[in-house]
Amino acid sequence: MAPHTHILLNRLVGFLGSALLLSSFAMLSMRRMSSLVRIFALQGLLLTLGTLSVAIVAGEPHLLFSALFTFIFKVLVLPIILFRLLERLRIRGEVEVLLNVPTTMVVGLFVVVFSFALASPISELASTVSRGLIGVGLAALLLSFLMMITRKKAITQVLGFLGMENALFFSAINATYGMPMVVELGVAFDVLVGTFVFGIFFFQIRETFESFDLKHMDNTQTE
Amino acid sequence: MVAVEAFQLLFVLLFAPLLYGWIAIVRAFLSNRTPAGLLQPWRNLLRLFRKETVLPEGHSILFILVPPVFFSVIAGASLLVPFLLVSPPLAPVADAVMLVGLFSLARMTMALGAMDVGTPFGDMGARREMMVAFLTEPATLMILFTVSLWSGSTSIPSIIRSLTDGHDPFHPSLLIAALAFILVFLGENARIPIDNPTTHLELTMIHEAMLLEYSGPLLALMEWGSMQKLLLYLLIGIDFFAPSGMPEDPTLLSVLAGSGILAGKLLLLGSGIALIESLFAKLRIFRVPEFTALAYLLSTLGFLLHFVLEV
Repeated sequence: MAPHTHILLNRLVGFLGSALLLSSFAMLSMRRMSSLVRIFALQGLLLTLGTLSVAIVAGEPHLLFSALFTFIFKVLVLPIILFRLLERLRIRGEVEVLLNVPTTMVVGLFVVVFSFALASPISELASTVSRGLIGVGLAALLLSFLMMITRKKAITQVLGFLGMENALFFSAINATYGMPMVVELGVAFDVLVGTFVFGIFFFQIRETFESFDLKHMDNTQTE
Repeated sequence: MVAVEAFQLLFVLLFAPLLYGWIAIVRAFLSNRTPAGLLQPWRNLLRLFRKETVLPEGHSILFILVPPVFFSVIAGASLLVPFLLVSPPLAPVADAVMLVGLFSLARMTMALGAMDVGTPFGDMGARREMMVAFLTEPATLMILFTVSLWSGSTSIPSIIRSLTDGHDPFHPSLLIAALAFILVFLGENARIPIDNPTTHLELTMIHEAMLLEYSGPLLALMEWGSMQKLLLYLLIGIDFFAPSGMPEDPTLLSVLAGSGILAGKLLLLGSGIALIESLFAKLRIFRVPEFTALAYLLSTLGFLLHFVLEV
Protein backbone atom coordinates (compact mmCIF):
# COMPACT_ATOMS: atom_id res chain seq x y z
CA MET A 1 0.00 0.00 0.00
CA ALA A 2 1.22 3.47 -0.77
CA PRO A 3 2.65 5.18 2.32
CA HIS A 4 0.42 8.20 1.87
CA THR A 5 -2.86 6.29 2.04
CA HIS A 6 -1.39 4.34 4.92
CA ILE A 7 -0.86 7.51 6.93
CA LEU A 8 -4.32 8.71 6.00
CA LEU A 9 -5.95 5.48 7.14
CA ASN A 10 -3.94 5.59 10.35
CA ARG A 11 -5.28 9.10 10.93
CA LEU A 12 -8.74 7.78 10.20
CA VAL A 13 -8.37 5.18 12.93
CA GLY A 14 -7.29 7.93 15.30
CA PHE A 15 -10.25 10.04 14.31
CA LEU A 16 -12.68 7.15 14.82
CA GLY A 17 -11.14 6.49 18.21
CA SER A 18 -11.67 10.08 19.29
CA ALA A 19 -15.23 9.92 17.97
CA LEU A 20 -15.76 6.80 20.09
CA LEU A 21 -14.48 8.66 23.14
CA LEU A 22 -16.80 11.56 22.33
CA SER A 23 -19.74 9.18 22.03
CA SER A 24 -18.97 7.85 25.51
CA PHE A 25 -19.14 11.41 26.78
CA ALA A 26 -22.36 11.91 24.84
CA MET A 27 -23.84 8.86 26.61
CA LEU A 28 -22.86 10.44 29.91
CA SER A 29 -24.55 13.72 29.04
CA MET A 30 -27.77 12.48 27.41
CA ARG A 31 -30.99 13.04 29.28
CA ARG A 32 -33.45 11.07 27.17
CA MET A 33 -33.56 7.31 27.17
CA SER A 34 -34.21 6.88 23.44
CA SER A 35 -31.33 9.13 22.41
CA LEU A 36 -29.12 7.09 24.72
CA VAL A 37 -29.93 3.96 22.71
CA ARG A 38 -29.38 5.87 19.47
CA ILE A 39 -25.93 6.92 20.64
CA PHE A 40 -25.19 3.35 21.59
CA ALA A 41 -26.00 2.32 17.99
CA LEU A 42 -23.77 5.13 16.71
CA GLN A 43 -20.98 3.88 18.95
CA GLY A 44 -21.41 0.44 17.42
CA LEU A 45 -21.11 1.95 13.97
CA LEU A 46 -17.93 3.81 14.93
CA LEU A 47 -16.55 0.57 16.33
CA THR A 48 -17.33 -1.21 13.07
CA LEU A 49 -15.60 1.45 11.00
CA GLY A 50 -12.64 1.46 13.40
CA THR A 51 -12.29 -2.30 13.13
CA LEU A 52 -12.54 -2.11 9.35
CA SER A 53 -9.82 0.49 9.05
CA VAL A 54 -7.49 -1.34 11.46
CA ALA A 55 -8.09 -4.47 9.36
CA ILE A 56 -7.05 -2.62 6.21
CA VAL A 57 -4.08 -0.81 7.74
CA ALA A 58 -2.68 -3.91 9.42
CA GLY A 59 -3.70 -6.36 6.70
CA GLU A 60 -5.46 -8.69 9.10
CA PRO A 61 -8.33 -10.34 7.22
CA HIS A 62 -9.95 -11.92 10.26
CA LEU A 63 -10.72 -8.45 11.59
CA LEU A 64 -13.05 -8.00 8.63
CA PHE A 65 -15.25 -10.73 10.07
CA SER A 66 -15.11 -9.06 13.47
CA ALA A 67 -16.27 -5.86 11.84
CA LEU A 68 -19.17 -7.71 10.24
CA PHE A 69 -20.23 -9.29 13.55
CA THR A 70 -19.90 -5.95 15.31
CA PHE A 71 -22.14 -4.37 12.73
CA ILE A 72 -24.80 -7.06 12.96
CA PHE A 73 -24.87 -7.25 16.74
CA LYS A 74 -24.17 -3.74 17.92
CA VAL A 75 -25.70 -1.62 15.20
CA LEU A 76 -28.72 -3.73 14.27
CA VAL A 77 -29.72 -6.41 16.78
CA LEU A 78 -29.00 -4.88 20.19
CA PRO A 79 -30.45 -1.41 19.48
CA ILE A 80 -33.60 -2.99 18.04
CA ILE A 81 -33.99 -5.16 21.14
CA LEU A 82 -33.40 -2.14 23.38
CA PHE A 83 -35.89 0.01 21.49
CA ARG A 84 -38.51 -2.71 21.74
CA LEU A 85 -37.79 -3.04 25.44
CA LEU A 86 -38.24 0.71 25.91
CA GLU A 87 -41.50 0.53 24.04
CA ARG A 88 -42.87 -2.46 25.90
CA LEU A 89 -41.83 -1.11 29.28
CA ARG A 90 -43.28 2.30 28.28
CA ILE A 91 -40.13 4.15 29.34
CA ARG A 92 -40.15 7.63 27.89
CA GLY A 93 -38.96 9.73 30.76
CA GLU A 94 -35.66 11.33 31.43
CA VAL A 95 -32.58 9.64 32.76
CA GLU A 96 -32.23 10.00 36.50
CA VAL A 97 -28.76 10.77 37.73
CA LEU A 98 -27.09 10.61 41.12
CA LEU A 99 -24.53 13.26 40.19
CA ASN A 100 -25.55 16.19 37.97
CA VAL A 101 -24.38 16.18 34.38
CA PRO A 102 -21.66 18.92 34.41
CA THR A 103 -20.04 17.37 37.50
CA THR A 104 -20.07 13.96 35.83
CA MET A 105 -18.40 15.53 32.79
CA VAL A 106 -15.61 17.03 34.87
CA VAL A 107 -15.09 13.72 36.68
CA GLY A 108 -15.05 12.08 33.24
CA LEU A 109 -12.30 14.45 32.16
CA PHE A 110 -10.16 13.36 35.11
CA VAL A 111 -10.88 9.75 34.19
CA VAL A 112 -9.59 10.45 30.67
CA VAL A 113 -6.37 12.04 31.96
CA PHE A 114 -5.88 9.13 34.34
CA SER A 115 -6.37 6.47 31.69
CA PHE A 116 -4.13 8.23 29.14
CA ALA A 117 -1.38 8.37 31.74
CA LEU A 118 -2.00 4.75 32.66
CA ALA A 119 -1.99 3.53 29.06
CA SER A 120 1.14 5.29 27.83
CA PRO A 121 3.61 2.64 29.16
CA ILE A 122 1.33 -0.13 27.86
CA SER A 123 1.21 1.36 24.36
CA GLU A 124 5.00 1.46 24.25
CA LEU A 125 5.03 -2.32 24.74
CA ALA A 126 2.43 -3.03 22.05
CA SER A 127 3.51 -3.50 18.46
CA THR A 128 0.28 -2.74 16.60
CA VAL A 129 -0.13 0.16 14.19
CA SER A 130 -2.79 1.86 16.29
CA ARG A 131 -1.24 1.43 19.73
CA GLY A 132 -1.86 5.06 20.68
CA LEU A 133 -5.54 4.23 20.87
CA ILE A 134 -5.20 1.84 23.80
CA GLY A 135 -5.52 4.82 26.11
CA VAL A 136 -8.61 5.97 24.26
CA GLY A 137 -10.21 2.53 24.64
CA LEU A 138 -9.34 2.47 28.34
CA ALA A 139 -10.82 5.95 28.80
CA ALA A 140 -14.05 4.92 27.06
CA LEU A 141 -14.18 1.84 29.29
CA LEU A 142 -13.85 3.85 32.48
CA LEU A 143 -16.39 6.40 31.24
CA SER A 144 -18.97 3.66 30.71
CA PHE A 145 -18.13 2.44 34.18
CA LEU A 146 -18.70 5.96 35.48
CA MET A 147 -22.07 5.94 33.75
CA MET A 148 -23.02 2.69 35.51
CA ILE A 149 -22.08 4.19 38.86
CA THR A 150 -23.89 7.50 38.49
CA ARG A 151 -27.23 6.33 37.10
CA LYS A 152 -30.21 5.23 39.13
CA LYS A 153 -32.31 3.25 36.68
CA ALA A 154 -31.57 -0.33 35.77
CA ILE A 155 -31.82 0.17 32.02
CA THR A 156 -29.22 2.96 31.92
CA GLN A 157 -26.88 0.75 33.86
CA VAL A 158 -27.31 -1.96 31.25
CA LEU A 159 -26.50 0.59 28.54
CA GLY A 160 -23.37 1.49 30.50
CA PHE A 161 -22.47 -2.17 30.59
CA LEU A 162 -22.92 -2.51 26.82
CA GLY A 163 -20.82 0.62 26.26
CA MET A 164 -18.14 -0.93 28.43
CA GLU A 165 -18.13 -4.03 26.25
CA ASN A 166 -17.74 -1.81 23.16
CA ALA A 167 -14.76 -0.06 24.70
CA LEU A 168 -13.18 -3.34 25.72
CA PHE A 169 -13.51 -4.63 22.18
CA PHE A 170 -11.94 -1.45 20.83
CA SER A 171 -8.96 -1.68 23.20
CA ALA A 172 -8.46 -5.34 22.31
CA ILE A 173 -8.36 -4.56 18.59
CA ASN A 174 -5.84 -1.79 19.05
CA ALA A 175 -3.63 -3.65 21.52
CA THR A 176 -3.43 -7.08 19.86
CA TYR A 177 -5.48 -6.96 16.62
CA GLY A 178 -8.42 -8.51 18.39
CA MET A 179 -8.98 -11.69 20.31
CA PRO A 180 -9.28 -15.08 18.59
CA MET A 181 -12.48 -15.48 16.58
CA VAL A 182 -13.97 -18.00 19.00
CA VAL A 183 -13.59 -15.65 21.95
CA GLU A 184 -15.06 -12.74 20.03
CA LEU A 185 -18.08 -14.73 18.91
CA GLY A 186 -18.53 -16.08 22.40
CA VAL A 187 -18.47 -12.57 23.90
CA ALA A 188 -20.88 -11.29 21.26
CA PHE A 189 -23.40 -14.04 22.00
CA ASP A 190 -22.88 -13.58 25.73
CA VAL A 191 -23.77 -9.93 25.41
CA LEU A 192 -26.81 -10.80 23.32
CA VAL A 193 -28.06 -13.38 25.79
CA GLY A 194 -27.22 -10.98 28.61
CA THR A 195 -29.44 -8.36 27.04
CA PHE A 196 -32.32 -10.84 26.79
CA VAL A 197 -31.86 -11.82 30.42
CA PHE A 198 -31.73 -8.15 31.43
CA GLY A 199 -34.93 -7.61 29.49
CA ILE A 200 -36.69 -10.34 31.43
CA PHE A 201 -35.17 -8.93 34.60
CA PHE A 202 -36.62 -5.50 33.90
CA PHE A 203 -40.14 -6.92 33.85
CA GLN A 204 -39.46 -8.77 37.09
CA ILE A 205 -37.99 -5.68 38.73
CA ARG A 206 -40.96 -3.61 37.72
CA GLU A 207 -43.45 -6.20 38.92
CA THR A 208 -41.76 -6.57 42.28
CA PHE A 209 -40.89 -2.95 43.05
CA GLU A 210 -43.11 -1.03 40.58
CA SER A 211 -40.12 1.10 39.66
CA PHE A 212 -36.74 0.76 38.00
CA ASP A 213 -34.92 2.62 40.70
CA LEU A 214 -32.27 0.30 42.02
CA LYS A 215 -32.29 1.78 45.51
CA HIS A 216 -35.39 -0.31 46.25
CA MET A 217 -33.28 -3.40 45.83
CA ASP A 218 -31.10 -2.40 48.76
CA ASN A 219 -33.99 -2.95 51.15
CA THR A 220 -34.74 -6.53 50.18
CA GLN A 221 -34.34 -9.05 52.95
CA THR A 222 -31.38 -11.37 52.70
CA GLU A 223 -31.40 -14.54 54.69
CA MET B 1 2.02 47.61 3.71
CA VAL B 2 -0.32 50.30 4.96
CA ALA B 3 -2.55 49.53 2.01
CA VAL B 4 -2.96 45.91 3.15
CA GLU B 5 -3.97 46.98 6.65
CA ALA B 6 -6.36 49.62 5.31
CA PHE B 7 -7.89 47.05 3.01
CA GLN B 8 -8.30 44.62 5.92
CA LEU B 9 -10.05 47.25 8.01
CA LEU B 10 -12.29 48.22 5.11
CA PHE B 11 -13.11 44.60 4.40
CA VAL B 12 -14.24 43.97 7.99
CA LEU B 13 -16.16 47.26 8.24
CA LEU B 14 -18.04 46.72 4.99
CA PHE B 15 -18.45 42.99 5.07
CA ALA B 16 -19.63 42.50 8.68
CA PRO B 17 -23.19 43.85 8.12
CA LEU B 18 -23.41 41.92 4.86
CA LEU B 19 -22.60 38.71 6.72
CA TYR B 20 -25.41 39.49 9.17
CA GLY B 21 -27.69 40.02 6.20
CA TRP B 22 -26.61 36.71 4.71
CA ILE B 23 -27.34 34.82 7.94
CA ALA B 24 -30.78 36.47 8.07
CA ILE B 25 -31.44 35.49 4.45
CA VAL B 26 -30.59 31.83 5.05
CA ARG B 27 -32.67 31.82 8.23
CA ALA B 28 -35.63 33.30 6.39
CA PHE B 29 -35.19 30.76 3.63
CA LEU B 30 -35.08 27.89 6.13
CA SER B 31 -38.28 29.02 7.85
CA ASN B 32 -40.15 29.72 4.59
CA ARG B 33 -40.21 33.49 4.98
CA THR B 34 -39.33 36.13 2.39
CA PRO B 35 -35.87 37.49 3.26
CA ALA B 36 -35.33 41.21 3.78
CA GLY B 37 -32.29 41.33 1.53
CA LEU B 38 -28.54 41.30 1.94
CA LEU B 39 -28.35 45.05 2.54
CA GLN B 40 -30.94 45.23 5.32
CA PRO B 41 -28.38 45.48 8.19
CA TRP B 42 -26.69 48.32 6.29
CA ARG B 43 -30.02 50.11 5.87
CA ASN B 44 -30.68 49.72 9.59
CA LEU B 45 -27.26 51.11 10.46
CA LEU B 46 -27.59 54.11 8.12
CA ARG B 47 -31.04 54.88 9.48
CA LEU B 48 -29.72 54.75 13.05
CA PHE B 49 -26.87 57.10 12.12
CA ARG B 50 -29.36 59.67 10.81
CA LYS B 51 -31.46 59.61 13.99
CA GLU B 52 -30.95 61.94 16.94
CA THR B 53 -29.43 60.63 20.18
CA VAL B 54 -31.68 60.50 23.21
CA LEU B 55 -29.71 60.17 26.42
CA PRO B 56 -31.29 58.52 29.47
CA GLU B 57 -31.69 60.37 32.73
CA GLY B 58 -28.79 60.02 35.14
CA HIS B 59 -26.15 58.97 32.61
CA SER B 60 -22.53 59.89 33.10
CA ILE B 61 -19.79 60.63 30.54
CA LEU B 62 -18.98 56.91 30.58
CA PHE B 63 -22.28 56.11 28.91
CA ILE B 64 -21.38 58.29 25.89
CA LEU B 65 -17.76 57.14 25.75
CA VAL B 66 -18.52 53.42 25.68
CA PRO B 67 -19.83 53.02 22.09
CA PRO B 68 -16.85 54.69 20.36
CA VAL B 69 -14.38 52.82 22.58
CA PHE B 70 -16.13 49.51 21.98
CA PHE B 71 -16.26 50.11 18.26
CA SER B 72 -12.63 51.15 17.94
CA VAL B 73 -11.30 48.28 20.06
CA ILE B 74 -13.08 45.80 17.78
CA ALA B 75 -11.96 47.64 14.65
CA GLY B 76 -8.42 47.62 16.02
CA ALA B 77 -8.67 43.87 16.48
CA SER B 78 -9.54 43.56 12.79
CA LEU B 79 -6.06 44.89 11.97
CA LEU B 80 -4.46 42.02 13.90
CA VAL B 81 -6.33 39.00 12.57
CA PRO B 82 -4.65 37.68 9.42
CA PHE B 83 -7.13 36.80 6.73
CA LEU B 84 -6.08 38.42 3.45
CA LEU B 85 -2.45 37.44 3.90
CA VAL B 86 -0.88 34.81 6.11
CA SER B 87 1.31 37.44 7.67
CA PRO B 88 -0.09 40.98 7.63
CA PRO B 89 2.27 43.88 8.51
CA LEU B 90 1.11 43.92 12.11
CA ALA B 91 1.81 40.18 12.40
CA PRO B 92 4.25 40.45 15.33
CA VAL B 93 1.35 41.80 17.40
CA ALA B 94 -1.14 39.26 16.02
CA ASP B 95 -1.05 36.98 19.01
CA ALA B 96 -4.15 34.95 19.78
CA VAL B 97 -3.99 35.71 23.50
CA MET B 98 -3.78 39.40 22.65
CA LEU B 99 -6.96 39.11 20.59
CA VAL B 100 -8.81 37.37 23.40
CA GLY B 101 -7.68 40.24 25.63
CA LEU B 102 -8.98 42.84 23.19
CA PHE B 103 -12.36 41.14 22.99
CA SER B 104 -12.54 41.00 26.78
CA LEU B 105 -11.74 44.71 26.92
CA ALA B 106 -14.56 45.44 24.47
CA ARG B 107 -16.95 43.31 26.48
CA MET B 108 -15.97 44.99 29.73
CA THR B 109 -16.58 48.49 28.34
CA MET B 110 -19.94 47.35 27.06
CA ALA B 111 -20.94 45.94 30.45
CA LEU B 112 -19.82 49.17 32.16
CA GLY B 113 -21.90 51.24 29.77
CA ALA B 114 -24.94 49.07 30.46
CA MET B 115 -24.50 49.37 34.22
CA ASP B 116 -23.88 53.13 34.12
CA VAL B 117 -27.52 54.22 33.90
CA GLY B 118 -28.57 51.85 36.64
CA THR B 119 -31.68 50.42 35.01
CA PRO B 120 -32.46 46.87 36.10
CA PHE B 121 -32.46 45.41 32.59
CA GLY B 122 -29.08 46.88 31.67
CA ASP B 123 -27.64 45.60 34.93
CA MET B 124 -29.08 42.16 34.43
CA GLY B 125 -27.84 41.94 30.84
CA ALA B 126 -24.35 43.03 31.84
CA ARG B 127 -24.16 40.47 34.61
CA ARG B 128 -25.38 37.68 32.34
CA GLU B 129 -22.95 38.66 29.62
CA MET B 130 -20.05 38.62 32.07
CA MET B 131 -21.19 35.25 33.40
CA VAL B 132 -21.29 33.71 29.94
CA ALA B 133 -17.92 35.30 29.16
CA PHE B 134 -16.17 33.96 32.21
CA LEU B 135 -17.63 30.52 31.59
CA THR B 136 -16.44 30.39 27.97
CA GLU B 137 -13.00 31.86 28.63
CA PRO B 138 -11.33 28.63 29.88
CA ALA B 139 -12.60 26.82 26.78
CA THR B 140 -11.28 29.62 24.54
CA LEU B 141 -7.83 29.36 26.07
CA MET B 142 -7.78 25.55 25.82
CA ILE B 143 -8.70 25.81 22.14
CA LEU B 144 -5.83 28.27 21.65
CA PHE B 145 -3.40 25.93 23.37
CA THR B 146 -4.59 22.94 21.34
CA VAL B 147 -4.18 24.82 18.08
CA SER B 148 -0.77 26.16 19.03
CA LEU B 149 0.58 22.73 19.98
CA TRP B 150 1.67 22.27 16.36
CA SER B 151 3.54 25.55 16.03
CA GLY B 152 4.68 25.94 19.62
CA SER B 153 3.56 29.55 19.56
CA THR B 154 0.29 31.45 19.98
CA SER B 155 1.12 33.87 17.18
CA ILE B 156 -1.54 33.39 14.52
CA PRO B 157 0.73 33.53 11.41
CA SER B 158 2.96 30.77 12.74
CA ILE B 159 -0.13 28.69 13.63
CA ILE B 160 -1.40 29.05 10.06
CA ARG B 161 2.00 28.10 8.63
CA SER B 162 2.34 25.03 10.85
CA LEU B 163 -1.10 23.84 9.75
CA THR B 164 -0.69 24.43 6.01
CA ASP B 165 2.87 23.08 5.73
CA GLY B 166 2.16 19.54 6.91
CA HIS B 167 1.05 17.00 4.35
CA ASP B 168 -1.56 15.15 6.31
CA PRO B 169 -4.60 17.33 6.93
CA PHE B 170 -6.42 14.95 9.23
CA HIS B 171 -5.93 15.94 12.85
CA PRO B 172 -8.45 14.45 15.31
CA SER B 173 -7.43 16.95 17.98
CA LEU B 174 -8.13 19.90 15.68
CA LEU B 175 -11.50 18.47 14.70
CA ILE B 176 -12.56 18.24 18.34
CA ALA B 177 -11.15 21.70 19.04
CA ALA B 178 -13.18 23.00 16.09
CA LEU B 179 -16.35 21.59 17.66
CA ALA B 180 -15.47 23.36 20.89
CA PHE B 181 -14.80 26.54 18.93
CA ILE B 182 -18.31 26.44 17.46
CA LEU B 183 -19.76 26.29 20.97
CA VAL B 184 -17.52 29.12 22.18
CA PHE B 185 -18.40 31.16 19.10
CA LEU B 186 -22.12 30.81 19.78
CA GLY B 187 -21.65 31.78 23.41
CA GLU B 188 -19.36 34.76 22.83
CA ASN B 189 -21.44 36.27 20.06
CA ALA B 190 -24.79 35.86 21.80
CA ARG B 191 -26.21 33.53 19.18
CA ILE B 192 -29.13 31.20 19.59
CA PRO B 193 -28.54 28.39 22.06
CA ILE B 194 -27.26 31.00 24.52
CA ASP B 195 -29.09 34.18 23.55
CA ASN B 196 -31.63 35.12 20.93
CA PRO B 197 -30.39 38.17 18.98
CA THR B 198 -33.87 39.00 17.66
CA THR B 199 -35.82 38.69 20.90
CA HIS B 200 -38.17 41.36 22.24
CA LEU B 201 -38.63 39.79 25.68
CA GLU B 202 -36.46 41.75 28.09
CA LEU B 203 -36.31 39.00 30.71
CA THR B 204 -34.66 36.53 28.35
CA MET B 205 -32.20 39.01 26.85
CA ILE B 206 -28.48 38.95 27.42
CA HIS B 207 -26.77 41.01 24.76
CA GLU B 208 -29.77 43.10 23.74
CA ALA B 209 -30.56 44.05 27.34
CA MET B 210 -27.26 45.92 27.51
CA LEU B 211 -28.18 48.05 24.50
CA LEU B 212 -31.71 48.96 25.62
CA GLU B 213 -30.80 52.50 26.70
CA TYR B 214 -28.79 53.36 23.61
CA SER B 215 -30.30 55.13 20.62
CA GLY B 216 -29.33 56.77 17.34
CA PRO B 217 -25.64 56.82 16.27
CA LEU B 218 -24.48 55.40 19.62
CA LEU B 219 -26.68 52.33 19.12
CA ALA B 220 -25.45 52.07 15.53
CA LEU B 221 -21.84 51.99 16.73
CA MET B 222 -22.61 49.23 19.24
CA GLU B 223 -24.49 47.16 16.66
CA TRP B 224 -21.82 47.64 14.04
CA GLY B 225 -19.14 46.66 16.56
CA SER B 226 -21.00 43.46 17.45
CA MET B 227 -21.35 42.57 13.76
CA GLN B 228 -17.60 43.04 13.31
CA LYS B 229 -16.96 40.87 16.34
CA LEU B 230 -19.00 38.05 14.82
CA LEU B 231 -17.07 38.32 11.56
CA LEU B 232 -13.73 38.43 13.39
CA TYR B 233 -14.56 35.30 15.36
CA LEU B 234 -15.36 33.51 12.12
CA LEU B 235 -12.09 34.75 10.61
CA ILE B 236 -10.13 33.49 13.61
CA GLY B 237 -11.91 30.16 13.25
CA ILE B 238 -10.90 30.01 9.59
CA ASP B 239 -7.30 30.84 10.55
CA PHE B 240 -7.22 28.00 13.05
CA PHE B 241 -9.14 25.23 11.36
CA ALA B 242 -9.37 25.88 7.61
CA PRO B 243 -6.51 28.18 6.58
CA SER B 244 -5.84 26.63 3.18
CA GLY B 245 -5.96 29.01 0.23
CA MET B 246 -4.61 31.97 2.15
CA PRO B 247 -1.92 33.75 0.08
CA GLU B 248 1.58 34.20 1.48
CA ASP B 249 2.90 36.91 -0.87
CA PRO B 250 1.28 40.34 -1.08
CA THR B 251 0.66 40.63 -4.83
CA LEU B 252 -2.66 42.03 -5.92
CA LEU B 253 -3.69 38.95 -7.87
CA SER B 254 -3.06 36.43 -5.08
CA VAL B 255 -4.79 38.67 -2.54
CA LEU B 256 -7.84 38.89 -4.81
CA ALA B 257 -7.92 35.11 -5.31
CA GLY B 258 -7.45 34.57 -1.58
CA SER B 259 -10.29 36.92 -0.68
CA GLY B 260 -12.54 35.11 -3.18
CA ILE B 261 -11.88 31.82 -1.38
CA LEU B 262 -12.36 33.57 1.95
CA ALA B 263 -15.73 34.97 0.90
CA GLY B 264 -16.82 31.48 -0.12
CA LYS B 265 -15.81 30.08 3.28
CA LEU B 266 -17.64 32.89 5.07
CA LEU B 267 -20.84 32.31 3.09
CA LEU B 268 -20.65 28.63 3.98
CA LEU B 269 -20.05 29.34 7.66
CA GLY B 270 -22.86 31.91 7.70
CA SER B 271 -25.26 29.30 6.35
CA GLY B 272 -24.00 26.91 9.02
CA ILE B 273 -24.82 29.44 11.75
CA ALA B 274 -28.27 30.00 10.25
CA LEU B 275 -28.83 26.23 10.23
CA ILE B 276 -27.84 25.92 13.89
CA GLU B 277 -30.13 28.81 14.79
CA SER B 278 -33.04 27.24 12.95
CA LEU B 279 -32.57 23.81 14.49
CA PHE B 280 -32.03 24.63 18.15
CA ALA B 281 -34.05 26.47 20.74
CA LYS B 282 -32.61 28.95 23.19
CA LEU B 283 -31.26 27.32 26.34
CA ARG B 284 -32.48 28.31 29.77
CA ILE B 285 -29.91 30.54 31.39
CA PHE B 286 -29.28 27.90 34.06
CA ARG B 287 -28.32 25.41 31.38
CA VAL B 288 -25.59 27.72 30.06
CA PRO B 289 -22.92 26.34 32.45
CA GLU B 290 -23.65 22.89 31.05
CA PHE B 291 -23.14 24.20 27.51
CA THR B 292 -19.85 25.87 28.36
CA ALA B 293 -18.73 22.85 30.38
CA LEU B 294 -19.22 20.85 27.19
CA ALA B 295 -17.08 23.35 25.27
CA TYR B 296 -14.34 23.13 27.89
CA LEU B 297 -14.55 19.35 27.90
CA LEU B 298 -14.21 19.13 24.12
CA SER B 299 -11.26 21.53 23.99
CA THR B 300 -9.44 19.68 26.77
CA LEU B 301 -10.11 16.34 25.07
CA GLY B 302 -8.61 17.72 21.87
CA PHE B 303 -5.59 18.92 23.82
CA LEU B 304 -5.08 15.51 25.43
CA LEU B 305 -5.70 13.54 22.25
CA HIS B 306 -2.91 15.45 20.55
CA PHE B 307 -0.40 13.83 22.89
CA VAL B 308 -1.89 10.37 22.61
CA LEU B 309 -2.49 10.19 18.87
CA GLU B 310 -0.39 12.72 17.04
CA VAL B 311 3.06 12.94 18.54
